[in-house]
Amino acid sequence: MSRPMVLRGGRVIDPSQGLDERLDLLVVDGRVARLGRDLDAPKGAEVAAVDGLVVAPGLVDLHVHFREPGDEHKETIRSGARAAVAGGFTSVCAMPNTDPPIDDPAAVGFLRAEGQRAGFAHVYPVGAISVGQKGEEMTEVGELAAAGAVAVSDDGQPVWNAGLMRRVLEYTKAFDIPVFSHSEELGLSRHGVMNEGPVSTALGLRGIPNAAEDVAVARDCIIAELTGGQLHIQHVSTRGAVEIIRAAKARGVAVTAEVTPHHLALTDEAVRGYRTEAKVKPPLRSAASVAAVRDALVEGVIDCIATDHAPHHYEDKEREFDDAPFGLIGVETALGVCIRELVVSGRLDLPELINRLSCRPAQIARLPAGTLAEGSPADVVVFDPEVRWICQPEEFLSLSRNTPFAGQELVGRVVMTIVDGRSVFARGADR
Amino acid sequence: MTARVTFGKDLTGLEGLSAEQIRTILDVAEPFKEISERPIKKVPALRGKTIVNLFYEPSTRTRVSFEFAEKRLSADTVNISGVGSSVQKGETLVDTARNLEAMRIDMVVVRHGSSGAAQFLADRIPSNVINGGDGQHEHPTQGLLDMLTIRDHLGGIKGHRVCIVGDILHSRVARSNIWGLLKLGAEVAVCGPPTLVPPGIEELGVQVFKRVEEAIEWAEVLNVLRLQLERMEAGYIPSLREYNRFFGISVARLERAPRDILILHPGPMNRGVEIDSHVADGPHSVILQQVTNGVAVRMAVLYLLAGGSPERAEAAKRESRE
Repeated sequence: MSRPMVLRGGRVIDPSQGLDERLDLLVVDGRVARLGRDLDAPKGAEVAAVDGLVVAPGLVDLHVHFREPGDEHKETIRSGARAAVAGGFTSVCAMPNTDPPIDDPAAVGFLRAEGQRAGFAHVYPVGAISVGQKGEEMTEVGELAAAGAVAVSDDGQPVWNAGLMRRVLEYTKAFDIPVFSHSEELGLSRHGVMNEGPVSTALGLRGIPNAAEDVAVARDCIIAELTGGQLHIQHVSTRGAVEIIRAAKARGVAVTAEVTPHHLALTDEAVRGYRTEAKVKPPLRSAASVAAVRDALVEGVIDCIATDHAPHHYEDKEREFDDAPFGLIGVETALGVCIRELVVSGRLDLPELINRLSCRPAQIARLPAGTLAEGSPADVVVFDPEVRWICQPEEFLSLSRNTPFAGQELVGRVVMTIVDGRSVFARGADR
Repeated sequence: MTARVTFGKDLTGLEGLSAEQIRTILDVAEPFKEISERPIKKVPALRGKTIVNLFYEPSTRTRVSFEFAEKRLSADTVNISGVGSSVQKGETLVDTARNLEAMRIDMVVVRHGSSGAAQFLADRIPSNVINGGDGQHEHPTQGLLDMLTIRDHLGGIKGHRVCIVGDILHSRVARSNIWGLLKLGAEVAVCGPPTLVPPGIEELGVQVFKRVEEAIEWAEVLNVLRLQLERMEAGYIPSLREYNRFFGISVARLERAPRDILILHPGPMNRGVEIDSHVADGPHSVILQQVTNGVAVRMAVLYLLAGGSPERAEAAKRESRE
């Protein structure tokens, strides 16, 4: 076991315990041993003075793509998990749309083992809903869960078959895991490459209407109501989806939702100039949609923030807009974007932001994370909430560089990240 | 002619041009029209310049028009088409561009099926890039030659009412017409089946007619777009026959108009689909004049981007005679 550790004098924010005060944090044997004032450091302990910094439960990302197996030139489990801790994430849920997809227990075991071997963020596999993510035959969901999958999803592909969505929402109830849904009606989105609206018209790019998301979210909420299964809507981007989720929640449907930092921060104007790093699904929307998802997050209709970290190699993005793949990376910019967009503007205070980036997502996927309660795993992020920095992708630990935030000023940056009591990232002394 | 109008490195679209720049191009095209009427159709304005015509999509009219424009200005030209080149072997656009650049060229005219391809090239190579049509985005020289033709017949653009009819959604010609005509002060409308009129088009500053009869009632100029067969296959319209019945431009429809209407078409025409032969060949059709003007407009664009000054265009025309 690693040495005991004391983080001294930081602003400890732990929404799970309603804490926001200047405290010392003692870590022993990989767990939170004590939180208190002027704690004595045990013999041999590593003591870090963190005055002026925030000490919070490590961030939890329900939505990352680590590309292994199959596209290791874009990201590996190791590089992704390392980038995650550089962004303050100590637990991540890895989507199954790899090549081959994570649709059997051996693949789930591989992901877990690689994550553990890397030793950075905890990597929790999400298993596929359907064999080969083809949307036809349901995977062995029970076996996947037993092997360590914390949820199932066909993310990257929508579940086009409503009958399959019904069966998986019913069947997962036996294993108490949520179904993560990439809700998209292909009949309305097919061939589209950006948000449908005045910008797509001016650029001559084929549009994806809000309705492509709204229709699918409505269908999924109705099936969740029918079945009583736990539905989690991924990357909400429209006002219509927000209203449907709000109404479903009001009826008592077991539905939760996430929004990405880029959908909180950027509109489809970011695509102008045919910027492929802003090509993503769902697409960056209008200003009205951005306002709607921000309000929904503040209100709690959207439960949490997840990055949809989607690495792509530069040569795949360095091409005609129509031909470039969808997706952008997010784990190393999420905190800085969210503080800029939500805290600086006064929409959320820091404790509530941490709630949405750590406690709530941990609850949704039932992960042993999102708290600094005594006895819990010592997954901790230490960050400077006020430092302003310029996003320079060449500094990222991710293998990919595809971010639309390059060159922008972000606010708040991770100083240190601790996983199971071990310091796995310290800025200025990257391992 | 307005002095001190300058141009950027590239012409990727009319959206980014000022009214002054557009007017200058049209004005410079005027003296160049005459060169094509001479027995010896050549002036030395671009002598020693190397121009590549990079055509990823099939094209006859635009490619030949550019090539004539280049040759009549004495440039050295090379044509590359998608078929039978490295393009077909899977070379990426950026690699093709870099290789051409490595051969030290001066200008590229690019036609490509993806919107933004011209901008993509322009951002990556130091040569002048001229958009010869990119996906559904813009076809700026077509927009310019349409405006030149309208100006020839109506004496100007400002205040005149132009309606673009047909598949607006997929049309780069429509977008270049809209930007250019609006900048020069025309009133612009579009008309087509609602499935082929893009959402948000009103925000560009145009009005929308759902029925072609209303458009004919309103317009002084109709720019009739080609309807591609693929649109029917993709389910945007039920059949070509039905399209012709409800949106085709026929003599019978035009006879009900309160005035003579100038008829433009960017070609190639589907006779009997979007336009009836009697209209295409009729007294108010200026379709072939558009083609003639295309060469002059392209000469003007090449000349101006190569650094020629508007004031010297007349002189450039005379040079060969001296």
